[in-house]
Amino acid sequence: MGLNQFLILSAFLFCTGIYGVLARKNAVLVLMSIELMLNAVNINLVAFSAYRSNVSGQVFALFVITIAAAEVGVGLAIVLLIYRNVHTSDLDEVDQLKG
Amino acid sequence: MLAQNVAFYILAVAMAGAAIGVVRSRNVVHAALYLVVVLAGAAAQYILVAAEFVAWVQVLIYIGAIVILFLFGIMLTRAPMRSQGSLDNGQWIASAVVSLFVFGVFTALLVDAYGGKEIKLKNSLVVIGNSNTVGSSIFRDYLVPFEVVSMLLLAALVGAVVIARRD
Repeated sequence: MGLNQFLILSAFLFCTGIYGVLARKNAVLVLMSIELMLNAVNINLVAFSAYRSNVSGQVFALFVITIAAAEVGVGLAIVLLIYRNVHTSDLDEVDQLKG
Repeated sequence: MLAQNVAFYILAVAMAGAAIGVVRSRNVVHAALYLVVVLAGAAAQYILVAAEFVAWVQVLIYIGAIVILFLFGIMLTRAPMRSQGSLDNGQWIASAVVSLFVFGVFTALLVDAYGGKEIKLKNSLVVIGNSNTVGSSIFRDYLVPFEVVSMLLLAALVGAVVIARRD
Protein backbone atom coordinates (compact mmCIF):
# COMPACT_ATOMS: atom_id res chain seq x y z
CA MET A 1 0.00 0.00 0.00
CA GLY A 2 1.23 3.47 -0.75
CA LEU A 3 1.78 5.87 2.10
CA ASN A 4 0.23 8.65 0.09
CA GLN A 5 -3.22 7.14 -0.12
CA PHE A 6 -3.57 7.30 3.66
CA LEU A 7 -2.20 10.83 3.78
CA ILE A 8 -4.55 12.10 1.07
CA LEU A 9 -7.57 10.45 2.70
CA SER A 10 -6.56 12.14 5.92
CA ALA A 11 -6.15 15.49 4.16
CA PHE A 12 -9.64 15.11 2.70
CA LEU A 13 -11.14 14.39 6.12
CA PHE A 14 -9.27 17.36 7.59
CA CYS A 15 -10.55 19.73 4.91
CA THR A 16 -14.10 18.43 5.37
CA GLY A 17 -13.69 19.27 9.04
CA ILE A 18 -12.51 22.78 8.15
CA TYR A 19 -15.60 23.22 5.98
CA GLY A 20 -17.84 22.03 8.80
CA VAL A 21 -16.27 24.34 11.37
CA LEU A 22 -16.63 27.34 9.08
CA ALA A 23 -20.05 26.67 7.60
CA ARG A 24 -22.10 25.11 10.40
CA LYS A 25 -24.29 27.13 12.71
CA ASN A 26 -25.10 24.59 15.41
CA ALA A 27 -22.48 24.26 18.15
CA VAL A 28 -22.77 20.45 18.41
CA LEU A 29 -22.16 20.13 14.67
CA VAL A 30 -19.05 22.31 14.96
CA LEU A 31 -17.76 19.97 17.68
CA MET A 32 -18.41 17.00 15.37
CA SER A 33 -16.38 18.69 12.63
CA ILE A 34 -13.51 19.16 15.07
CA GLU A 35 -13.71 15.42 15.77
CA LEU A 36 -13.34 14.81 12.03
CA MET A 37 -10.15 16.87 12.01
CA LEU A 38 -8.72 15.01 15.02
CA ASN A 39 -9.48 11.72 13.30
CA ALA A 40 -7.61 12.86 10.22
CA VAL A 41 -4.59 13.52 12.42
CA ASN A 42 -4.91 10.04 13.94
CA ILE A 43 -4.92 8.40 10.52
CA ASN A 44 -1.76 10.33 9.66
CA LEU A 45 -0.05 9.26 12.87
CA VAL A 46 -0.91 5.58 12.44
CA ALA A 47 0.10 5.59 8.76
CA PHE A 48 3.49 7.11 9.56
CA SER A 49 3.88 4.66 12.45
CA ALA A 50 3.42 1.78 10.00
CA TYR A 51 5.67 3.38 7.41
CA ARG A 52 8.54 3.87 9.83
CA SER A 53 7.88 0.61 11.73
CA ASN A 54 7.87 2.58 14.97
CA VAL A 55 5.29 2.40 17.71
CA SER A 56 5.51 6.06 18.77
CA GLY A 57 2.92 7.21 16.25
CA GLN A 58 0.36 4.81 17.66
CA VAL A 59 1.06 6.00 21.21
CA PHE A 60 0.51 9.57 20.10
CA ALA A 61 -2.72 8.53 18.40
CA LEU A 62 -3.88 7.16 21.75
CA PHE A 63 -3.01 10.49 23.38
CA VAL A 64 -4.97 12.33 20.70
CA ILE A 65 -8.00 10.11 21.36
CA THR A 66 -7.77 10.97 25.07
CA ILE A 67 -7.51 14.69 24.38
CA ALA A 68 -10.49 14.43 22.04
CA ALA A 69 -12.57 12.83 24.78
CA ALA A 70 -11.63 15.60 27.23
CA GLU A 71 -12.34 18.26 24.61
CA VAL A 72 -15.80 16.89 23.86
CA GLY A 73 -16.64 16.74 27.56
CA VAL A 74 -15.67 20.33 28.26
CA GLY A 75 -17.06 21.57 24.92
CA LEU A 76 -20.46 20.02 25.48
CA ALA A 77 -20.54 21.42 29.01
CA ILE A 78 -19.92 24.89 27.61
CA VAL A 79 -22.60 24.36 24.93
CA LEU A 80 -25.09 23.26 27.61
CA LEU A 81 -24.28 26.32 29.72
CA ILE A 82 -24.76 28.63 26.75
CA TYR A 83 -28.02 26.87 25.89
CA ARG A 84 -29.28 27.29 29.43
CA ASN A 85 -28.45 31.00 29.49
CA VAL A 86 -29.27 32.10 25.93
CA HIS A 87 -31.78 29.36 24.95
CA THR A 88 -30.08 28.69 21.65
CA SER A 89 -27.22 26.61 20.35
CA ASP A 90 -26.75 28.68 17.21
CA LEU A 91 -23.28 30.16 17.23
CA ASP A 92 -24.44 33.13 15.16
CA GLU A 93 -26.68 34.34 17.95
CA VAL A 94 -24.09 34.00 20.70
CA ASP A 95 -22.49 37.41 20.42
CA GLN A 96 -22.53 38.72 23.97
CA LEU A 97 -18.76 39.16 23.91
CA LYS A 98 -18.93 41.32 20.80
CA GLY A 99 -18.06 44.89 21.76
CA MET B 1 -1.29 -6.52 -1.51
CA LEU B 2 -4.11 -6.08 -3.99
CA ALA B 3 -6.75 -7.15 -1.48
CA GLN B 4 -5.58 -4.51 0.99
CA ASN B 5 -5.69 -1.84 -1.68
CA VAL B 6 -9.23 -2.79 -2.68
CA ALA B 7 -10.31 -2.74 0.94
CA PHE B 8 -8.63 0.63 1.43
CA TYR B 9 -10.43 2.22 -1.50
CA ILE B 10 -13.83 0.83 -0.51
CA LEU B 11 -13.34 2.15 3.03
CA ALA B 12 -11.98 5.46 1.77
CA VAL B 13 -15.00 6.08 -0.46
CA ALA B 14 -17.36 5.22 2.38
CA MET B 15 -15.49 7.50 4.78
CA ALA B 16 -15.37 10.40 2.34
CA GLY B 17 -19.09 10.14 1.63
CA ALA B 18 -19.92 9.91 5.31
CA ALA B 19 -17.65 12.87 6.13
CA ILE B 20 -19.50 14.97 3.58
CA GLY B 21 -22.70 13.71 5.19
CA VAL B 22 -21.48 14.98 8.58
CA VAL B 23 -20.96 18.50 7.30
CA ARG B 24 -23.89 18.68 4.86
CA SER B 25 -26.68 16.74 6.57
CA ARG B 26 -29.87 18.66 7.33
CA ASN B 27 -30.55 16.59 10.43
CA VAL B 28 -28.34 16.65 13.52
CA VAL B 29 -28.92 13.01 14.45
CA HIS B 30 -28.10 11.91 10.92
CA ALA B 31 -24.85 13.87 11.16
CA ALA B 32 -23.96 11.98 14.36
CA LEU B 33 -24.70 8.65 12.66
CA TYR B 34 -22.56 9.61 9.65
CA LEU B 35 -19.81 10.43 12.14
CA VAL B 36 -20.08 6.84 13.42
CA VAL B 37 -19.43 5.59 9.87
CA VAL B 38 -16.32 7.78 9.57
CA LEU B 39 -14.97 6.62 12.94
CA ALA B 40 -15.61 2.94 12.18
CA GLY B 41 -13.93 3.37 8.79
CA ALA B 42 -10.89 4.88 10.49
CA ALA B 43 -10.76 1.89 12.85
CA ALA B 44 -10.86 -0.43 9.83
CA GLN B 45 -8.02 1.54 8.23
CA TYR B 46 -5.96 1.01 11.39
CA ILE B 47 -6.57 -2.74 11.09
CA LEU B 48 -5.28 -2.54 7.50
CA VAL B 49 -1.92 -1.23 8.72
CA ALA B 50 -1.92 -3.74 11.61
CA ALA B 51 -2.47 -1.17 14.37
CA GLU B 52 -4.96 -3.39 16.13
CA PHE B 53 -4.73 -1.88 19.61
CA VAL B 54 -5.39 1.65 18.37
CA ALA B 55 -8.26 0.30 16.28
CA TRP B 56 -10.01 -1.21 19.29
CA VAL B 57 -9.39 1.87 21.40
CA GLN B 58 -10.93 3.88 18.57
CA VAL B 59 -14.03 1.68 18.57
CA LEU B 60 -14.39 1.73 22.36
CA ILE B 61 -13.74 5.40 23.05
CA TYR B 62 -14.80 7.21 19.91
CA ILE B 63 -17.81 5.16 18.87
CA GLY B 64 -18.70 3.99 22.36
CA ALA B 65 -18.23 7.15 24.38
CA ILE B 66 -17.83 10.27 22.29
CA VAL B 67 -20.76 9.65 19.96
CA ILE B 68 -22.95 8.95 22.99
CA LEU B 69 -21.82 12.30 24.42
CA PHE B 70 -22.81 13.95 21.15
CA LEU B 71 -26.23 12.33 21.23
CA PHE B 72 -26.71 13.58 24.80
CA GLY B 73 -25.64 17.05 23.65
CA ILE B 74 -28.16 16.94 20.82
CA MET B 75 -30.94 15.88 23.16
CA LEU B 76 -30.12 18.40 25.88
CA THR B 77 -29.81 21.40 23.57
CA ARG B 78 -32.99 20.60 21.68
CA ALA B 79 -31.22 20.87 18.35
CA PRO B 80 -33.56 20.92 15.35
CA MET B 81 -34.24 17.25 14.58
CA ARG B 82 -36.30 17.79 11.46
CA SER B 83 -35.12 19.82 8.53
CA GLN B 84 -36.80 22.97 9.70
CA GLY B 85 -34.56 25.93 9.02
CA SER B 86 -31.00 25.64 7.85
CA LEU B 87 -28.17 24.36 9.99
CA ASP B 88 -25.64 26.27 7.91
CA ASN B 89 -24.76 29.91 8.18
CA GLY B 90 -24.46 32.05 5.11
CA GLN B 91 -20.78 31.54 4.40
CA TRP B 92 -20.75 28.06 2.89
CA ILE B 93 -19.27 29.27 -0.41
CA ALA B 94 -16.30 30.89 1.30
CA SER B 95 -15.90 27.82 3.50
CA ALA B 96 -15.91 25.53 0.46
CA VAL B 97 -13.31 27.70 -1.27
CA VAL B 98 -11.07 27.70 1.81
CA SER B 99 -11.33 23.95 2.37
CA LEU B 100 -10.76 23.13 -1.32
CA PHE B 101 -7.72 25.41 -1.33
CA VAL B 102 -6.27 23.75 1.77
CA PHE B 103 -6.96 20.32 0.27
CA GLY B 104 -5.17 21.29 -2.92
CA VAL B 105 -2.15 22.58 -1.05
CA PHE B 106 -2.00 19.44 1.12
CA THR B 107 -2.33 17.13 -1.88
CA ALA B 108 0.39 18.89 -3.84
CA LEU B 109 2.74 18.88 -0.87
CA LEU B 110 2.07 15.24 0.03
CA VAL B 111 2.48 13.98 -3.53
CA ASP B 112 5.68 15.96 -3.80
CA ALA B 113 7.09 14.73 -0.49
CA TYR B 114 5.83 11.14 -0.17
CA GLY B 115 4.86 10.08 -3.69
CA GLY B 116 5.79 6.47 -4.35
CA LYS B 117 6.68 5.60 -0.74
CA GLU B 118 5.27 2.20 0.19
CA ILE B 119 4.06 0.84 3.52
CA LYS B 120 5.47 -2.68 3.56
CA LEU B 121 3.33 -5.07 5.54
CA LYS B 122 5.93 -7.18 7.27
CA ASN B 123 5.62 -9.39 10.32
CA SER B 124 7.31 -6.71 12.41
CA LEU B 125 4.36 -4.38 11.79
CA VAL B 126 1.99 -6.87 13.39
CA VAL B 127 4.28 -7.04 16.40
CA ILE B 128 4.41 -3.25 16.58
CA GLY B 129 0.65 -2.89 16.53
CA ASN B 130 -0.16 -5.28 19.35
CA SER B 131 -1.07 -4.22 22.84
CA ASN B 132 2.13 -5.62 24.36
CA THR B 133 4.38 -3.32 22.34
CA VAL B 134 2.11 -0.29 22.64
CA GLY B 135 1.74 -0.79 26.40
CA SER B 136 5.43 -1.16 27.05
CA SER B 137 6.12 1.91 24.93
CA ILE B 138 3.57 3.96 26.88
CA PHE B 139 4.81 2.86 30.28
CA ARG B 140 8.51 3.00 29.48
CA ASP B 141 9.12 5.81 26.97
CA TYR B 142 6.02 7.94 27.45
CA LEU B 143 5.30 7.56 31.15
CA VAL B 144 5.42 11.28 31.98
CA PRO B 145 3.09 12.30 29.10
CA PHE B 146 0.76 9.48 30.18
CA GLU B 147 0.57 10.90 33.71
CA VAL B 148 0.06 14.41 32.34
CA VAL B 149 -2.79 13.13 30.18
CA SER B 150 -4.41 11.45 33.16
CA MET B 151 -4.24 14.71 35.11
CA LEU B 152 -5.72 16.49 32.11
CA LEU B 153 -8.62 14.02 31.97
CA LEU B 154 -9.27 14.56 35.67
CA ALA B 155 -9.18 18.34 35.22
CA ALA B 156 -11.54 18.10 32.23
CA LEU B 157 -13.95 15.93 34.23
CA VAL B 158 -14.02 18.34 37.18
CA GLY B 159 -14.19 21.33 34.84
CA ALA B 160 -17.12 19.89 32.90
CA VAL B 161 -19.02 19.24 36.13
CA VAL B 162 -18.32 22.75 37.42
CA ILE B 163 -19.28 24.40 34.12
CA ALA B 164 -22.49 22.47 33.49
CA ARG B 165 -23.76 22.36 37.08
CA ARG B 166 -26.93 24.27 37.87
CA ASP B 167 -26.18 26.51 40.83
